[in-house]
Formats: sequence, structure tokens, C-alpha cells
Amino acid sequence: MTGPRRDPDMVRPYVRTGGKIRARDDVRLESVLIAASGPTDSLGPDPRRVMRLFTGTVGGLAVADIAAALELPPSTVRILVSSLMDSGHLTSPVAASDHQPESDLLQEVLRGLRSLV
Amino acid sequence: MDCAPWSDPPVTYVPATVTRSAKIVVAGGFGVGKTTLIGSVSEVKPLRMEEPITQASAGVDDLRGTPHKTTTTVAMDFGRIHMAGGSLALYLFGLPGQARFQPLWEDLAEGALGCLVLADTRDLDASHDALGLLDSGGIPYAVAINTFPDAPGYPEAELREALALDPYTPLTTCDARDRTSSLHALITLTEYLTEHRSAAVLETPR
Ligand SMILES: Nc1nc2c(ncn2[C@@H]2O[C@H](COP(=O)(O)OP(=O)(O)O)[C@@H](O)[C@H]2O)c(=O)[nH]1
Ligand SMILES: [Mg+2]
Repeated sequence: MTGPRRDPDMVRPYVRTGGKIRARDDVRLESVLIAASGPTDSLGPDPRRVMRLFTGTVGGLAVADIAAALELPPSTVRILVSSLMDSGHLTSPVAASDHQPESDLLQEVLRGLRSLV
Repeated sequence: MDCAPWSDPPVTYVPATVTRSAKIVVAGGFGVGKTTLIGSVSEVKPLRMEEPITQASAGVDDLRGTPHKTTTTVAMDFGRIHMAGGSLALYLFGLPGQARFQPLWEDLAEGALGCLVLADTRDLDASHDALGLLDSGGIPYAVAINTFPDAPGYPEAELREALALDPYTPLTTCDARDRTSSLHALITLTEYLTEHRSAAVLETPR
């Protein structure tokens, strides 16, 4: 059924995600993905639509960008992307080991915002 | 900007220089200026996502014992600013502030640096749900009063009391239609986050 934190009155549609029902914790709306040179085996229709967005570009897309482009709910895209990371089709442009401490990120954001005014 | 092939709508790719991303949430009631603020600061055309949520009507059963359900679609706009020499993408998400969207918030606001709450003095009560969601989610926030022409002005102390703000929560004003004004509101939030976030994170159980 649903996880312990889920409100039983609220059920989100997970029908299009091929059975995977939880997103990875590190796959959030703002998480940027790039194509990995992974397997080119057969994928379902929605994972294929996701992967098609990455064809012919070195650029990345965040989970939210994918949800908007494909008109899919972001909760569904988080799960699709989690599966595609697990299967080696997508990867994040940062290695998990060189995550910056949060204070550095905030300082960068503050500097960045100030530079725009 | 390059476009995706085939029939899917065009997308603006994140430049290959971006290695990190962060998220700030913009919250508030309907019509308070979330879409406007995101549009005025975003460097790419703001986009929209839609999340359908199915909500059981409480206490109503049909003959099979299945609760009646209503489906609401929650629309969320977002934009993006590139910074730190193109290595960092800051995403801004507009999230509706109704309390019944709490499960959605848990999923979507998770990991946010913080939240800018927009408030309108013509309907301060509309902000309470958003403030409650943030308090219970442990997400730090600043409040910006959006200056609508026919909105009544109040002394700061009265506004703080009406919104039940902690004394250290930043309270500012902005015109969401104006890029510089919107950026200043975001700077006020981020200054507060850099000063207070580290301590708050240590106190928040994960
Ligand atoms: N005067 C004034 N009007 C605003 C401001 N922000 C938004 N508006 C207007 O208020 C209306 C609703 O804004 P919108 O951004 O769609 O609100 P949302 O529902 O929170 O996304 C629009 O017609 C905006 O042009 C503001 O700061 N000042
Ligand atoms: Mg809006």
C-alpha cells in the first residue's frame, strides 16, 4: 500500500511508471540530469519519451523541465528518472562525493542574485 | 538554444557547464503574484507543470465501500537563473499555499533552500496556510508584501502580528512585476538563509 508518511486520503497516480513506486531521495524537482552512455535496450513508452529529450544534446534537463516538456506530473517524472538513473540511462552532472557544503551553495546563490541587480 | 527532435515541445536545455542546482520556493494564495515574480526574474521562459491529486471525500462511501474521489490538478510555474559562472542553476518554483496540498509539498519542496511567501494586505488570511505548511515542514522563509495599488498599508508591527511571524523572520515589500524589486526580495530571503540556516538545520530532525 502506501508508505508510512503518506496521507491515506491522498493517492497520486503511479500507473505510468512501470511498477516503481518511489523516487530516489536525490531526485528532486531541481535535480539536473544528463544522458549517460548507458544501455540502449528496449524501454517503455514514457521512459523513451524522456530519453528522446536528451537525443543530440550535451545539455541537461531538470526533473521539472522534463515534466513540463512531456506534460507529465512531476511526481511521475521523479520516479521515471529514478529508474533511468538506476538503469544507467541518465546520470547527474555532479559526482555525489563532491557535493559542496550547503553554506557554500547559499553563498553562491546570494552572490549570484546580488550580481543581477 | 537547441530543441528536442520529434514531436515533443521545445525545451531550453541546462547548459553543459551546470554542475549544481538549487531550489527556492515561491508560495502564497491564488493571485498573489507567484507567476508574475517568477516570470520577472527567470532567464528562460517560465514553464508549467501539472500534478493531478486524487482526494477522497472524507466520510463518504458508496455501496461497495469505496470512498468518492475528486481529482484536482495543481499547476506549478517555474523559472531558472544561471549563476556562479554558469556552474549553478537556481530554480524558482511557485507552489500554491493551500493546507490540503501538504503531501504534494512534502514531495516537491523537499530540499529547498528556503521559501519566499508572497502576501497581499487585502487578504492576509490567504497566507496562513502557506506559513503553516512551512512551519510544519521546517522550511525557512521570508515574507514579501506584494504592493497592489488598492491594498491597504499597515505598520510593520501590525503585519507581523497578523501573520504571526517570528521576530527574526524577514518581512519586506516587493512589486512582483519589477525584476529588480523581485530580486531584492529573493536577496532578503537568501541573506536570512545564510545567517540562520546552519543553526536551523542542526535543530531539524531528518
Ligand atoms: N500591482 C501589482 N500587481 C501585481 C503584482 N504581482 C502580480 N500582480 C498582478 O496580479 C495578478 C495575479 O498575479 P499572478 O502572478 O498570476 O498570481 P499567482 O496566482 O500567485 O501566480 C496578475 O494580473 C498580475 O499582473 C504586484 O506586485 N503589483
Ligand atoms: Mg500562478
